[in-house]
Amino acid sequence: MKKFKKITERVVESIFTISGSLTSIAILLIVVFLFKEGVGLFNSPSVEKGYVLCVNSENSIDKLSVIQIKEIFDSEVVDWKDVGGKEGEITIFRFDEIFNIYSEEDLGEDYALLSAKLGEVITSNVNIIAYLPQEYAPVGIESVKLLPTESIGVADFLGGKEWMPTATPTPLFGVVPLILGTLLVSFFAILFALPLGLGVAIYSSELASKRTRKLMKPTIELLAGIPSVVYGFFGLVVLVPLVQKVFHLPVGETALAGSVILAIMALPTIITIAEDAIGNVPLSMREASVALGASHWQTIYKVILPYSRSGITAAAVLGIGRAIGETMAVLMVTGNAAIMPHSLFQSVRTIPATIAAELGESPAGGAHYQSLFLLGSILFIITMVISITAEVISKRQPNKGI
Amino acid sequence: MNHKNSNMKKVILSVVLIVFCLSTIYAQRIKGSDTTLPLSQKAAENYMKANSSASITVTGGGSGVGFSSLVEGTTDIAQASRKIKFVEIQKLKEEGKIIKEVIVAYDALAIVVNPKNNVTNLTRNQLEDIFTGKITNWKEVGGADLKIVPYSRETSSGTYEFFKVSVLKNKNYMNGIMSMPATGSIIQSVGQTPGAIGYVGLAYLNSSVKAIHVSYDDGETYEAPSVRNAKQGTYPIVRPLYFYYVLESETKVKPFIDYLLSSVGQQIVSEVGFITVN
Repeated sequence: MKKFKKITERVVESIFTISGSLTSIAILLIVVFLFKEGVGLFNSPSVEKGYVLCVNSENSIDKLSVIQIKEIFDSEVVDWKDVGGKEGEITIFRFDEIFNIYSEEDLGEDYALLSAKLGEVITSNVNIIAYLPQEYAPVGIESVKLLPTESIGVADFLGGKEWMPTATPTPLFGVVPLILGTLLVSFFAILFALPLGLGVAIYSSELASKRTRKLMKPTIELLAGIPSVVYGFFGLVVLVPLVQKVFHLPVGETALAGSVILAIMALPTIITIAEDAIGNVPLSMREASVALGASHWQTIYKVILPYSRSGITAAAVLGIGRAIGETMAVLMVTGNAAIMPHSLFQSVRTIPATIAAELGESPAGGAHYQSLFLLGSILFIITMVISITAEVISKRQPNKGI
Repeated sequence: MNHKNSNMKKVILSVVLIVFCLSTIYAQRIKGSDTTLPLSQKAAENYMKANSSASITVTGGGSGVGFSSLVEGTTDIAQASRKIKFVEIQKLKEEGKIIKEVIVAYDALAIVVNPKNNVTNLTRNQLEDIFTGKITNWKEVGGADLKIVPYSRETSSGTYEFFKVSVLKNKNYMNGIMSMPATGSIIQSVGQTPGAIGYVGLAYLNSSVKAIHVSYDDGETYEAPSVRNAKQGTYPIVRPLYFYYVLESETKVKPFIDYLLSSVGQQIVSEVGFITVN
């Protein structure tokens, strides 16, 4: 019997060990996968994969920047001389247009003649710029010039101010507005939530009667249990029109609405942790303070708060972590416009919302897909820094402040 | 008695398990666009009622998800609200798969504004300028002095792509356009924002928004979005909805696609709010 007990113990122990190491390995694998998928972006060409840009070889242009290509295809630049070429109105030619010029029969079986026909089109127009699949690009023809494609640069990604991942032919992956949007919304969320959360924590642990506390605690915990999509729905239907009316804005979907919703969502985290920190203040400290003639408020202000400072900071940091990673509610109330945020009354786009909204349609393995993984990596780094900060702070000596 | 009961349970459980396994082997899987989801869902239900041996599972996720599942072989039919992209065809070719395309229905896009807005007619050029950011005030198109707030769908939506091709003539949306995760949120936001303009599938139109009459011939005729106008071909912003499948699974998926294209199936198409193929 004793032997049997020993064996069971052994088995249970080894199960625990295995599950522990498996979890760690899984987490590591996820992180490695995230970075591996993301880094491929910098090998992707700036023009959509599998496509090339061709011009007539009489055209003096040899190279176009990403922005120039975008402006040409958006008809913002209409003359070659504006991008450094000879004067002449630019003709844009997209691959699909070939099917309007020639019938399927003209193009031969299995599109054997397609390449040659595309060559004819480019030869016939000096001012043409054609956006074609690489497979059918008329490369051998003398009158056709292929424009070289650069690969997407690290600086374009980390320093770019425009996020237009589906722009054709040159998608723009500038993450600055997304990072700033995420930080702005989270920062103001914590600015709203921290004083409120701290107030609630002090009230419930120091001032409230036992009965009130018994009622309050489950209510606050309930707040943490509400699914984020419900918060988002509430925000979209109630908060967004309210913000719009109160501040007389053209749109209600703003960073402010996002911050308020996130503040509500971060409250339970902040309250619970701050309350624990305040509850950990030893009774002897309070008694000493009161014995010296301090009032209740003075005790809270001069003894309890400084003593639990590290716990409160940890509460704030974890609250920020909660706000930065939040996806659904923000996706629904901030309007998701990828512009550089200048004020709280503007629409912003956050990193988690971008990933959630765009991953569904991005072709697997493409530049857009990889850029979303890279965004995930950035988010991971931000939250990792935050949790390390929280860890360091909460390990500090609690009574240093007094 | 107790013992017998538990035996009975075991038998039932194993039968259920076997049936489940069998049905997953023979089941057809449809994955992809959220726009076509209500249609394929309803059609699958009716089809399974008519053929008790058939089993079809339908899931959404976006047209792109459907195509990548087709590459991976985790779906039999990819439903899409946009045409397959060249890159996606290449991917399938690399796997040695030949793709087949079937148009199962048509969908019309309606341009919607806030009900308080007094603008009723817009031309395609005006719409292009609004969504690319060149026109920013309603007074430039005959309305009140009010800032225009264009709402777009997220890039993950086939509707987004189609609007870009059909209305914007492949130009890119303005930088920093408001983008909403679902058609429902566009209706909600346009309904509560005075200067808003957005686009939704015809089936989603309701009284909280106002549909714009659109002209593709520079203002000669303006057409209201309706099933009748779309069917007659007078309403211009109409897109096909597709089913894609791999040639080798043709025998497996053909019966269901034929059912959807039959008069019974097309009845479902109009019930869901789409336009029939014929």
